[in-house]
Amino acid sequence: MKQHILRVVYPLAGIAIIVLAWHFYVVLMQVPLVLLPSPLQVAAAMVAQPKMLLEEAWVTAIECVYGFLLAMGIGIPIAVVMTYSRIANLMFYPLLVASQSIPKVAVAPILLVWFGTGIESKLAMAFVIAFFPAVVDTATGLRSTSPELLELARSLQCSRLQTFFKIQLPSALPSIFSGAKIAVTLAVIGAVIGEFIGSNQGLGNLLLTANSQLNTPLVWASLVVLSVLGMLLYGAVVLAEKVLMPWGSDSGHKV
Amino acid sequence: MNADGGTNPDGGRGGARPPYGRLINVSKTFETDGRPVPAVKDVSFQFRKGELISLLGPSGCGKTTVLKMMGGLIPASGGLLELDGRAITGPFPGVGVVFQAPTLMPWRRVLANVLFPMEVLGRNDRKAKRRAQEILELVGLAGFERAYPRQLSGGMQQRVALCRALIHEPSILLMDEPFGALDELTRLEMNDLLLEIRRVTGATVIFVTHSISEAIYLSDRVFVFSKRPAVIALELEVAIAYPRSQQTRFLKEFNELEKQAGIALGVVKQ
Repeated sequence: MKQHILRVVYPLAGIAIIVLAWHFYVVLMQVPLVLLPSPLQVAAAMVAQPKMLLEEAWVTAIECVYGFLLAMGIGIPIAVVMTYSRIANLMFYPLLVASQSIPKVAVAPILLVWFGTGIESKLAMAFVIAFFPAVVDTATGLRSTSPELLELARSLQCSRLQTFFKIQLPSALPSIFSGAKIAVTLAVIGAVIGEFIGSNQGLGNLLLTANSQLNTPLVWASLVVLSVLGMLLYGAVVLAEKVLMPWGSDSGHKV
Repeated sequence: MNADGGTNPDGGRGGARPPYGRLINVSKTFETDGRPVPAVKDVSFQFRKGELISLLGPSGCGKTTVLKMMGGLIPASGGLLELDGRAITGPFPGVGVVFQAPTLMPWRRVLANVLFPMEVLGRNDRKAKRRAQEILELVGLAGFERAYPRQLSGGMQQRVALCRALIHEPSILLMDEPFGALDELTRLEMNDLLLEIRRVTGATVIFVTHSISEAIYLSDRVFVFSKRPAVIALELEVAIAYPRSQQTRFLKEFNELEKQAGIALGVVKQ
């Protein structure tokens, strides 16, 4: 129990130290507002327009969530096909890996042309960037099923579907979730890039606009909200993992 | 010769009845880098219903391959395998398997793990559940039905795996070094547990091990395998009556059998 409290107290203390250092640095060194606002000024910017920030955050959140779901929803079936079809694997897996050398940001202008300035181009961007870990980690998980369990399935003459749903898929869940944790963080990046390239709403857009107006406190305020959004989305995946895997997992990325 | 004290009512009396299971000149050749590598060569033996047979041999000698062929999990390259009058040509559900690792499904609770075969075979009814509880009780795991495997010790997990192998009342129980990963004390305990299970259920057991004393302690008969390719170097009849206890290990006959097995394996020099 005491350990539990410490695990909450210490990180908070860490944040407090950094915020204080930031505050005193700005105040003592008299840093111009345009360069770096103090934490209080950032907080003030947030308090001044909470509704606007939340509305923009909502737009970005929707883009992230849909982009993430798209990446998982398309990535998992593709991983399944590539795991069970040798031909599909040989044809597309090298291509998939090679595609990772394309800088995703460079694709953004093309996506903008294809999908316009609406939510579609942001979803596409979030999808493009979050898709890879969804596929790769799912495929890894499916391939790492215990050979003995597969042998057991074979001796009981399980059908392919039974083997998949009762053994392989649950075996792959820890891997799928570690992919999902990466994918959700990447989806946020994708959504923001999408907003940077062409949008008139969302936190990314707000950040850019505020920046061009030299409204630095608002830039930082958007950044803070964006980080909180990222953490909430990550937390949601962790929560889903806890709910869907009540037996606990010892794999997965510890952050 | 029938030393198991009436646990095998169906077989072994006289020689008139056909054996429950038999292997005739069974061979297995694997292919490695395009070259044939013999793993098992001309293995023949028979066993009765309710008999406990050990396949004893050095690691990697091919005894596990024999076991897998008996379960229909890999096809034989030559020879004939029969169980209960039928040739073994592929997997069949009448087999219970226990591996060296417990290989439970971490996402299923103990009871659901045990019931897995029944679920797949479409026999997961109330009766199955009662039977699962009975065997869990037999192995000393009553009260752990709702635990997840990771909450159990290695020995306890292996007990669950044993229950899972027994739940569908298999006609043959194949055990592949099932206690090899356990510590010595747990292993001795599991040996006694297996004998008890066998006494209660009358199961026919084929047991693969590389422990000489374990093989002799458990079995009606022990087949000692040579190094790869596996051929039977020696057949030992363990004429020590059941029920056995850890005291049995200190009997003179027991030590004599250990010595013979040791010589056949080449670890005891004459």
